[in-house]
Amino acid sequence: MLTLKNVSKTFNPGTVNEKTALDRLDLHLDKGDFVTIIGANGAGKSTLFNAIAGSFFPDTGSITLDGRNVTFQPEYKRARTIGRLFQDPMRGSAPGMTIEENLALAAGGGGWLSHISKAEKTAFRDRLALLDMGLEDRMRQPVGLLSGGQRQALTLLMATMVPPKLLLLDEHTAALDPGTAEKVLSLTQSIVREGRLTCLMITHNMSSALALGNRTLMMDSGHILLDLKGDARTGLTVDDLLRMFKENVGKALDNDRMLLS
Amino acid sequence: MSLSAIWGLAQTALELGLTCSLTVLALFLSYSMLNVCDLSTDGCFTLGATVGAVVAIAGHPYLSIPAAMGAGVLSGLVTAVLQTRMGIDSLLAGIIVNTGLYSVNIAVMGGSSLLNMNRTDTVFTALKALLADTPLAGLQDLIIPLAAVALVIAFLALFLRTRLGLAIRATGNNPDMVRSSSINPVFTTTVGLCVANAFTGLSGCLLAQGQKSVDINIGSGMVTIALASLLIGQTFLGKGSVAKRAAGVVAGSIIFRLVYTIALRLKMPAFMLKLVSSVIVIIAIAGPYFKTQLPMLRRRLAGSGKEDG
Repeated sequence: MLTLKNVSKTFNPGTVNEKTALDRLDLHLDKGDFVTIIGANGAGKSTLFNAIAGSFFPDTGSITLDGRNVTFQPEYKRARTIGRLFQDPMRGSAPGMTIEENLALAAGGGGWLSHISKAEKTAFRDRLALLDMGLEDRMRQPVGLLSGGQRQALTLLMATMVPPKLLLLDEHTAALDPGTAEKVLSLTQSIVREGRLTCLMITHNMSSALALGNRTLMMDSGHILLDLKGDARTGLTVDDLLRMFKENVGKALDNDRMLLS
Repeated sequence: MSLSAIWGLAQTALELGLTCSLTVLALFLSYSMLNVCDLSTDGCFTLGATVGAVVAIAGHPYLSIPAAMGAGVLSGLVTAVLQTRMGIDSLLAGIIVNTGLYSVNIAVMGGSSLLNMNRTDTVFTALKALLADTPLAGLQDLIIPLAAVALVIAFLALFLRTRLGLAIRATGNNPDMVRSSSINPVFTTTVGLCVANAFTGLSGCLLAQGQKSVDINIGSGMVTIALASLLIGQTFLGKGSVAKRAAGVVAGSIIFRLVYTIALRLKMPAFMLKLVSSVIVIIAIAGPYFKTQLPMLRRRLAGSGKEDG
C-alpha cells in the first residue's frame, strides 16, 4: 500500500541549523492498516507526513503509494489519494466559504465549470447529519462561524468525502477540548472502519496510541525506533512503552504533553 | 443650478462610475477573492484602452472589445506566470508588468502617446445610430457600460459558484488548506488573474471609446481609485452572496464618482482625484486596524497596566 525506502531529509544542510529530520527511514504499510505514531518533539513525525504528502521532496530514497512511485509527484496531485488533517482546526477549511461550498470542493467530481447539484446537496446533508452536530441545518453558513471542534469534524468529513487511499492524521484532536476530542476521535474510528481506510495517526496520547489501530510506531531522531504489532502489541501498557523508549534511546521520553495525558 | 444640469453631472458620474466599476470588479476577483493585490492594473487598463482604440481605428468597432479583453488576459497571464512559476513576489510581479506595459502601450499606439477617435466608429457611435429615434436616444454612454457591468456581474455570480470558482476563492481564503488539497494553486491563481485582467482591459477599452481618445496616462492611479471604490462598496455590502457583493462594489464605484463630482462642484481642483482616492484607501484599510488597537490604546492612555507590572 505505502512503502518508504531509505527516505532521508535534512533541513538547512551545511549550516549551523542543519537538522536531519528523517534518517534513511524505511516503512511499509499494508492495505487497511491503522497505525498510530508516537515520539518526542522533533522526532520527525510530522516531517514523515510531509514527505508522504509531498510537501517537500526527500533528499534520498523513494515513496510508493498504491503501487505507484510518487517520490516526485507534486503535493496537489498526491492529495487526490491522500486525506490529511492537521492539529490546527482552522487549517482544513475555508472560513469565508459556506459549509456546502467547502464540501463541494472536497467532493471534487464534475467538470471545472459545473455547479453543486441538488443530489450533491442531499448527499452533503446526509453526511453532515452523521456528525450529529446540527451542521446539516447550517449548510449555507460560512465555516468561519463554526467552533474549532465543529471545524475539525467538518475537515474530517471533507478529507474522507472521496475515500482516500491513505489518511494522515497529525494530532488532529490535540487542540480540541477533551469532550470534543473524544467525539472527533470516535468519528475518526468509525469513518476509518467503514471505509476500510489505511491510516497513519500521530498522537501524543500514549494510551490511545495503544488502544487505537493495529500497529504502533515509536519514532526518535528521524528513525522508527519501535514497530509494535500483533502479539507484541496486545496487552502493552503506557508504562511498558515508556520503559521500552528509555531502553532504546538511553534517555527518558521528554515530551511533557505526552506524559501528562 | 438647473435640474437638467444636475442630471447632466449625475449622468457623467454614473457613466464614469460604471465604466471604471469593471476594473473594480476585476479587483473584486483578484483582491477580494484571490487575495492578490494586482499592481499591473494601471498598465492593463491602458493596454485595454490602446488595443481597443487601435482595433476600432482600423475599422473593427465590435472586434475592439474582445481584442481589449484578450490583451488583458495576456497581461494577466504574464503577471501570473511571474508570481507562480518564477518565484517573483506577487506585488513585484505586478509592478514589473506595469512598467513593461508602458512601452508596450506606446508601441501599440504606433510610437505615439495619444490617439484620437473623434471620427472613429466605435461601439458607442454604433449604438448612438441605433438609438437615434427612440426614447433612449443619447443614452448610449450610459447603456453600454451598464450592459457590460450587468454581464460581468452575471458572469461572476455564475463563475464563482462553479467548482473552478470555488477553488479560486479557497486559494485566496485559506492558502494552507489549498496547499494540502488537490487544488493546484498555480492553476487557480493563473485563471483568476487572467479573468480579472480581461475585465480591466474591457474597462479601459470602454473608457477610451466613450471619451473618444486615449493617452498613455489614461490608466495611471486606476488601481488606487478602483481599490477605494471596492472598499467603499464592501463597507455597504460586504456580506452575502457573490452577486450581492459584486453589485455592492459597483455601487461603491458610482458613489466614489458622485462624491468626486460634488467635490469638483465645490471647487475642489480636478487634480485632487488621486490624492482623494489614496486617502480613501488609507482610511478604509487603516480604520479597521485602528479599531482593533483601540482597547489597548485606551488602557495605555488611562494609565492602567502599570500597576499590573
